[in-house]
Amino acid sequence: MKEILWHGRGGQGAFTAAKLLGAAFALRDDKSFALAFPSFGPERRGAPIRAFTKLDNKPIGNRSEIEKADYSIFLDDTLLVSSSLDELKGNGKIIVNTKQSFDDERIIAVDADSLAEKVLKRPITNTILLGAFSAVSGEVEISDIENAIKLYMPQKLHAKNIEAVEQASRLFKEVK
Amino acid sequence: MSKHFLSGNDAFAYGIRLARPKVISAYPITPQTIVVERLSEMVEDKSLDSQFIHVESEHSAMSCAMGASSVGARTFTATSSQGLLYMAECLTYASGGRFPIVMMNANRSTALPWNIYGDQRDSLSLLDSGWIQAYAENAQEALDLALLSYYVAEHKEVQTPFMANLDGFVLTHTYEVVDVPTQEQADEFLPPYETDNKMDLQNPRNLAFSAGPATNTAFKYKEHNGLLNAKKIISEAETRFNEIFGRQYTGLIEKYKSDDADYIIITLGSISGLVKQTVDELREQGEKVGLVRIRYMRPFPNEEISQAVQNAKAAAVLEKDISFGNEGTVYTNVNSALKKFGVEVPVSNYIGGLGGRNISEVEIKTIFSSLKTNPSGVNFLGIGVNDSE
Repeated sequence: MKEILWHGRGGQGAFTAAKLLGAAFALRDDKSFALAFPSFGPERRGAPIRAFTKLDNKPIGNRSEIEKADYSIFLDDTLLVSSSLDELKGNGKIIVNTKQSFDDERIIAVDADSLAEKVLKRPITNTILLGAFSAVSGEVEISDIENAIKLYMPQKLHAKNIEAVEQASRLFKEVK
Repeated sequence: MSKHFLSGNDAFAYGIRLARPKVISAYPITPQTIVVERLSEMVEDKSLDSQFIHVESEHSAMSCAMGASSVGARTFTATSSQGLLYMAECLTYASGGRFPIVMMNANRSTALPWNIYGDQRDSLSLLDSGWIQAYAENAQEALDLALLSYYVAEHKEVQTPFMANLDGFVLTHTYEVVDVPTQEQADEFLPPYETDNKMDLQNPRNLAFSAGPATNTAFKYKEHNGLLNAKKIISEAETRFNEIFGRQYTGLIEKYKSDDADYIIITLGSISGLVKQTVDELREQGEKVGLVRIRYMRPFPNEEISQAVQNAKAAAVLEKDISFGNEGTVYTNVNSALKKFGVEVPVSNYIGGLGGRNISEVEIKTIFSSLKTNPSGVNFLGIGVNDSE
């Protein structure tokens, strides 16, 4: 099982990304299963929130929050702290939206804000980080994510977000 | 059928739309809110032809549902926790009046201390209200129960309201893959509701009446029999369901690798998924362990549970509930069943998940290993308390 932990602030779309990833993975064939859920409780715009996606090739019975992740994805780098590395499995990786660079090969920096400004014309980076995740992990294809966007985002957002996912994936591959 | 990525609440709402209720009356409460929100959207966008009545309280929601049912309308409502308790007065009216209302309950803790998270004390405290009570393990079963519930509740031999329980948040708010049947399939499974138990100018009759000491017992006996008859009708409904939708359910309980198991956990609801996964893991290590999942608390599977555990060395009842001053209510029911059928397997009780507290895989393993040594008493998971005297 691959476990993906999402960190963001209320309103940034972390749970939407967690859900889109689950849908992208689980709807691609009959052998793929996913669970996606937010940290439960009252929601507040701007407050730190977490969301969870679990991916497996068999039905997933464990509905508990993820304690150790294969990928921990930060939509907001103010939430990234040194103890964030403790949330990773042995070969786990952090993908973070930031303009900084890190001298730690476990931390992959993506300037999603700049790309969001260019493509989406607003500071929403959730689908960009989804595209980056696809490029980094190889767990889902870009086409699967596009399918999920078409199914579960409002139609007026489809084109721009699909463009954002594709550019994020390309941007990342160039960086690599 | 088509595959969708849905939460438990969404899945249940999709199932209810397929069942074509004529009246939906509801009052929102976390974590149930989304199911009635979705249904109100479906009524608004005309994908569901139903009267949606946003009432001012849960007491009114159930009263309204009874009014609708008493003119022969298929009726739905949903609630949770304090909402269910506020509605409690009306639950016995609905069951005694033999109105086959379907209600989804999002299992949630009851106050105080105030808590919006999941446990099963709300519905389990109302086992005696005369309602059928089912507990879903996952979103697929939730959707399927929405359809199965009307088949069973409205059956002439049953005529009993049906409460479908979904664990708050871990099921209602967790997204997973769900096969959504077509309307044609649903219509084939579930024809429109027809009943004589309604106000009808052509065929006037007395409904929702008084019955004094001389006749009351007879009515209560009939009500009891309606619930007992549900056992047979649940089985019939599931056979028919499988013919149309290709998914076979297993009646009042589900046995998972329990036939040859030495140690068995008996539980209900979505935690069963974690128990199954743990059973698989322990089986790979050669441990003969299994799960008995209670799907229906009413009618209660006395015989089925007794048969399922009779050859085990020990069993544990794991439940998100405590009947203060005694023990878990599910445990009480299970012990009564075993006693009736002369099964003398030692059974211990584990109270977990209260107020949404996580139940971990390690804790499931601890329960299994405790069964090998000294199964006893009432144990509170997570705080290290064993109540055995």
